[in-house]
Amino acid sequence: MVAASTLKTFSVTLRVWRQAGPAATGAFVDYPAKDISPDMSFLEMLDVVNDELSAQGIEPIAFAHDCREGICGTCSCTINGKPHGPGKGVATCQTYMRSFSDADTIVVEPFRARAFPVVKDLVTDRSAFDKIQQSGGFITARAGSAPDANALPIPKGDADLAMDAAQCIGCGACVAACKNASAMLFVSAKVGHLGLLPQGQAERDRRVLAMVNTMDTLGFGSCTNQYECSAACPKLISHDFIARMNRDYLTASLRSAFKPAPANTGGGAA
Amino acid sequence: MATLDSKIPSGPLAEKWRKHKTEIKLVNPANKRKYEVIVVGAGLAGSSAASSLADLGYKVKCFVFHDSPRRAHSIAAQGGINAAKNYQNDGDSVHRLFYDTLKGGDYRAREANVHRLAEVSVNIIDQCVAQGVPFAREYGGLLANRSFGGAQVSRTFYARGQTGQQLLLGAYSALSRMVGAGAVDLHTNSEMLDLVVVGGQAKGVIIRNLVTGEISRHSADAVILATGGYGNVFNLSTYARGSNTTAIWRAYKRGACMANPCYTQIHPTCIPVSGDYQSKLTLMSESLRNDGRIWAPKKAGDTRAPAAIPESERDYYLERLYPSFGNLAPRDIASRAAKRICDEGRGVGSTGLGVYLDFADAIHRLGEPAVRERYGNLFDIYHEITAESAYKAPMRIYPAVHYTMGGLWVDYNLMSNIPGLFVLGEANFSDHGANRLGASALMQGLADGYFVIPYTIGDYLAGQKPGSRPASDAPEFQQAEADVRGQTTRFLATKGNLPVSHFHKKLGKIMWDRCGMARTKAGLEAALQEIPALREEFNASVNVPGSADTLNQSLEKAGRVADFLDLGELMCRDALTREESCGGHFREEHQFADGECKRDDEKFGHVAAWEYQGEGKTPVRNTEALNYEFTKMSLRNYK
Repeated sequence: MVAASTLKTFSVTLRVWRQAGPAATGAFVDYPAKDISPDMSFLEMLDVVNDELSAQGIEPIAFAHDCREGICGTCSCTINGKPHGPGKGVATCQTYMRSFSDADTIVVEPFRARAFPVVKDLVTDRSAFDKIQQSGGFITARAGSAPDANALPIPKGDADLAMDAAQCIGCGACVAACKNASAMLFVSAKVGHLGLLPQGQAERDRRVLAMVNTMDTLGFGSCTNQYECSAACPKLISHDFIARMNRDYLTASLRSAFKPAPANTGGGAA
Repeated sequence: MATLDSKIPSGPLAEKWRKHKTEIKLVNPANKRKYEVIVVGAGLAGSSAASSLADLGYKVKCFVFHDSPRRAHSIAAQGGINAAKNYQNDGDSVHRLFYDTLKGGDYRAREANVHRLAEVSVNIIDQCVAQGVPFAREYGGLLANRSFGGAQVSRTFYARGQTGQQLLLGAYSALSRMVGAGAVDLHTNSEMLDLVVVGGQAKGVIIRNLVTGEISRHSADAVILATGGYGNVFNLSTYARGSNTTAIWRAYKRGACMANPCYTQIHPTCIPVSGDYQSKLTLMSESLRNDGRIWAPKKAGDTRAPAAIPESERDYYLERLYPSFGNLAPRDIASRAAKRICDEGRGVGSTGLGVYLDFADAIHRLGEPAVRERYGNLFDIYHEITAESAYKAPMRIYPAVHYTMGGLWVDYNLMSNIPGLFVLGEANFSDHGANRLGASALMQGLADGYFVIPYTIGDYLAGQKPGSRPASDAPEFQQAEADVRGQTTRFLATKGNLPVSHFHKKLGKIMWDRCGMARTKAGLEAALQEIPALREEFNASVNVPGSADTLNQSLEKAGRVADFLDLGELMCRDALTREESCGGHFREEHQFADGECKRDDEKFGHVAAWEYQGEGKTPVRNTEALNYEFTKMSLRNYK
């Protein structure tokens, strides 16, 4: 194991948002972070600071994290005003201290949005995303009833584009980056992914109407096409999916306006 | 002594599952809603189980410690999922997948379980495509495949380097649909801290809400644990930081047997450790071995840059040692080979703990754009962590803890020795023997959740009277809750001077040195002294700041590390008792002259299932004989 001392270490000041609970008033507090190796991840630096805080009898900084390889979408810090920090196409956990310099003051806050209330310190409640998913972000396919996987060829281009959208990690950086705290990129990624595939056509109209309506009721803002969302997205999901969703939403709205509503959506009762 | 009846159905191997499905008991549709099933965990196994059972009509309650079910660590699986589709026309079949998996596991799994897994593998791909999982496709629109270790066919389906993510999001969407329909009662930020056993049967759980600290009791007709593996006992691993053993460990303490805990998978291709502060290790997918070539300098102590080492002075050791499988040798074998190279002083990088994974030939053959399309995201990850480009210089890689084949003992129905307690996915021990082949974990998680438990749970529930589940104020629930509260109070009251992480690191080091890639009698015996001593130190001087009635990450970690301390000791005990080498369990005393595993089928052709006897008492080692009816336990040969 390489000794950390063989690398040039440096020190920074962390200006961290501390908030004891959802109803408490928060404030920035400064902590020194000393002997930081440039090869440390941002979260490893927080681990080191937290162990020091513990030793001093100060409660460690609560922050959300899990996989630490940029795929679970748990980590969610706004660093120096940018969701997930200075890097492009990376999550907070993939941000390395080599992005910072000695004597920097680094401002760390939770993702800020009305729909993502602060739970504690840097941890927010993003369950609104789950609620949007639950309202329609799926293809109904009961286990046991699927046809052979190759029965339905899908053009490679469509499959690749669907995959571009499907990569969304559900972190919420798009919402935090948007001045309106809009969730359009998140919702459009799921709508785009499923809407591009032939399997997703049966529920296409229902899906986009339900997901957009749920998004609207949960306190997310509107999209004003400035694309801060895709710039902050750790998976670089394109805002083209927003345009695609707007079109889907419009056609679905028109179709549902001119189509008589089915008498019973609950299935056969006989 | 626990009775371990594997309940393997009689009859020919290929008929067992079909026959079993037609013979086991059913619950009629109108009665299903009268049964409540608890599912703990929402990775591939948990999400697929919860959604499938809800779709069948059971009342399902699902608990996850994450803030959303989509965060479970299945999401990080990179390379792919195996299925015996034979879409490549290259000679694959259910039997071949069965055989490869059984052999890959070094003949330490049950034949019948592995065969069932191979059978349902084809249904999994169908199911996932129907859900909209965007697997890689060819220009004609049909599904693409790649190769993985331990197989001579291309049977691995993939979605770039994010297959686990796409499969999990598929299962998550199925679960979300059932939550939206009111058929699954989902509890996020909810950690299971105890299993409640009433009248010898699993009938509920104790849950702590991680945000509010509230402790609650939940009663049910059956409990399913799908809580993943315990590789974080090593502290440094490719697991997510939150992955833990607590759910299965507390079930063990309530009487469920822990099977083969020493079977650990060390993955050969991970980014090497860089410093003491490190919190996790990152995998570089096995799929890279389709095109990357592994090598080390022939000469010990060769510190030249890789480009300065001529072909003639490079040792492509996997190709040399295992010509038929080459760079696609199974994980345990490739890992040990890397360790041997580094032990000989031929390791590379500043630590000497690394070998090269080189893409120069592939870039020359296919061009950089083609390599970028196949592996771009993995090269990006490598670059983020090391600030080096694998397009220009070979990657440096070293083995790291990646998966645990051991877990709670289950029978063919995936039920533990506690009736009513089912265990799915990585949390059980059932299908991978002593070594898991690549792209088989995703297969097993989804097989268990979509295609096994929906059948087998009915067989148990049909024997339970509807509405007979105990009230949640039964004495057993009160006792379990009191135990959980007692532990929390003890942690907070200790007020020592060392953070939880200190103990986790120390334990990890003991485990890696003594119970890692190579194990010896002396080392394991030393660990059985060191771990109890560390536990005493932990109990006396751990510092858990904060309170119990709020989000308290130190408190969460304290509970998990306490369980890792106990589990680590059991792993060492298991490794010490198993006087043979098999798969991921390598005892230096038991090897052939060329360093390959020397199994002892006569003495150890069995599952070891440990049974808890109480605090501070030596657990009992039960065995289940592995009776191979159709395959011969032979010497595993990849040469």
